[in-house]
Amino acid sequence: MTTSHSTEAPPQGPLEEHFDATIARDQRIEPRDWMPDGYRNTLIRQIAQHAHSEIIGMQPEGEWITKAPSLRRKAILFAKVQDEAGHGLYLYSAAETLGADRADLTDRLIEGRQKYSSIFNYPTMSFADVGVIGWFVDGAAICNQVPLCRSSYGPYARAMVRICKEESFHQRQGYELLMTMMRGTEAQREMVQDAVNRWWWPSLMMFGPPDDSSPNSARSMAWKIKRHSNDELRRRFVDMTVPQAEKLGVTLPDPELRWNAERGHHDFGTPDWDELMRVIKGDGPCNEQRMERRRSAHEEGAWVREAATAHAAKQAARAEKGAVA
Amino acid sequence: MSDDHVYLTLAEGHEDDTRWAYGTGFEDPLHGVDTTVPDDVDAAALAALCVALGDDALVSAQRLGEWVTRAPELEEEVALANIGLDLLGQARLLYSRAGQTDGTGRDEDAYAYFRDAADFRNVRLAELPNGDFAFTIVRLLVLSSWRLAHFERLASHPDPVLAAIAAKGAKELRYHRQYAAEWAVRLGDGTDESHRRMRRAQEQVAPYLGELFTAFDVRREVVADLKQVTDAAGLPMPVYRPLPGCGREGEHTEHLAPLLAELQGIARAHPEATW
Repeated sequence: MTTSHSTEAPPQGPLEEHFDATIARDQRIEPRDWMPDGYRNTLIRQIAQHAHSEIIGMQPEGEWITKAPSLRRKAILFAKVQDEAGHGLYLYSAAETLGADRADLTDRLIEGRQKYSSIFNYPTMSFADVGVIGWFVDGAAICNQVPLCRSSYGPYARAMVRICKEESFHQRQGYELLMTMMRGTEAQREMVQDAVNRWWWPSLMMFGPPDDSSPNSARSMAWKIKRHSNDELRRRFVDMTVPQAEKLGVTLPDPELRWNAERGHHDFGTPDWDELMRVIKGDGPCNEQRMERRRSAHEEGAWVREAATAHAAKQAARAEKGAVA
Repeated sequence: MSDDHVYLTLAEGHEDDTRWAYGTGFEDPLHGVDTTVPDDVDAAALAALCVALGDDALVSAQRLGEWVTRAPELEEEVALANIGLDLLGQARLLYSRAGQTDGTGRDEDAYAYFRDAADFRNVRLAELPNGDFAFTIVRLLVLSSWRLAHFERLASHPDPVLAAIAAKGAKELRYHRQYAAEWAVRLGDGTDESHRRMRRAQEQVAPYLGELFTAFDVRREVVADLKQVTDAAGLPMPVYRPLPGCGREGEHTEHLAPLLAELQGIARAHPEATW
């Protein structure tokens, strides 16, 4: 990668003025436009992290494709996990428009130099987890990502439009699975409640640390890469989810959760930020397992990628020979 | 905020719930097809054929599902899952047709989840473990070429439902065969290692080729297909070495029962549940 300067480039005069004016007018920055190094690097970091999250995020649910208890659910899950691989592909492509390289970003993930969403370091314990991940995790992702459809960087914003559409679909599928399970047997209802208990707090942590300790937020908001603060998005997620939990007939595991008529929002408890930090630093329940799977798939596939490259080179050489002869 | 209306409307009733939960853009291949079994069709034989072809598809889809998160490249994640999903779709339609014609009225899940290995009629090649990517490609090439030749004939079957399923499936199988053929050529021609792995995969597949041709004779089409690909890949044709037993008769390798245990476990643990 050629863009990983750690220091900001000096002001570029008219180029920088043009960039600032484009952002101020809410217009899009496109790949060929001049942009500050900090903007480029922030975007590469954010888009790569998002792409890695899609790819690692295939694992917790992917485990259940072979075990899904009906063929309809198997097809839905297969399609969802396939969509996630597709999202990873679009996002790596968006990062490539900024000068990054997919193979390099993959190495950074595998070597632990770039992160993915900490939510995927939690285990999936029953089939209800598939539904709860759809409802909470895709739901939180939608809250985070819908505003990114208006992100200032064009390729990222356009990728997000398509991704958000598919994720809305996944969220509805997840919620529909839970509705069906809640109408089923007592054992199924218990599975759903147990999954809700386990995923609620990690889902709230998906919005990131509180605003007063989120180091990169302010600049990203100034550049309109990011549109809302972590706490604002988290509060909206809670407000939207509470009535859905009531309709489903499950209890969200927070004794402090209640409607505050004065503020027009729900009050809710504080996530365990120490836990979030531990999981981000690599000490979550499944960090090692997730990375090991990704690493082994990549390493075991090396001979396949080498063969494809060698074949392409041979083809090119044969074509050239044919052209000369 | 209008940004979030998707999430806000989540808990509202959706009249199209049953449609979207199947996936987007799925056309109903049986739309407008009369499901009455024609008088000149042997219903029991038709049901048995649907079960056998459904089992091949389900077992193959299960093996392809095992590749998810383990593929050599993201494009292969997408492609293998897509092929698995197509085959799963074929299995569902075929089981539903079997249930309409064998007199039991069973649904697709009854066939998939509540039969034991000895009742499965898939060919044994489908149930073998995935092995490496070369084995998966060689198996996919053989099975998709064979199934395509089958389905092209079945598209004019006297049962209009099976004919419609086969016509839809043939379109999908042409893509599967193309995908496998392209990789077979890349791997056969690529490096010494990929060539060696392809040769080994061909040897592993060879004992299971014989039973593909017992019920339906599509050998000529399949051999012609394979010849074209192996020539382009610089590989020999697989040697035909018959192995006793036949998946179509319910005789399976030791690999089918564990595959089914994983597939059926949750459904059998909760027989009263709806999913």
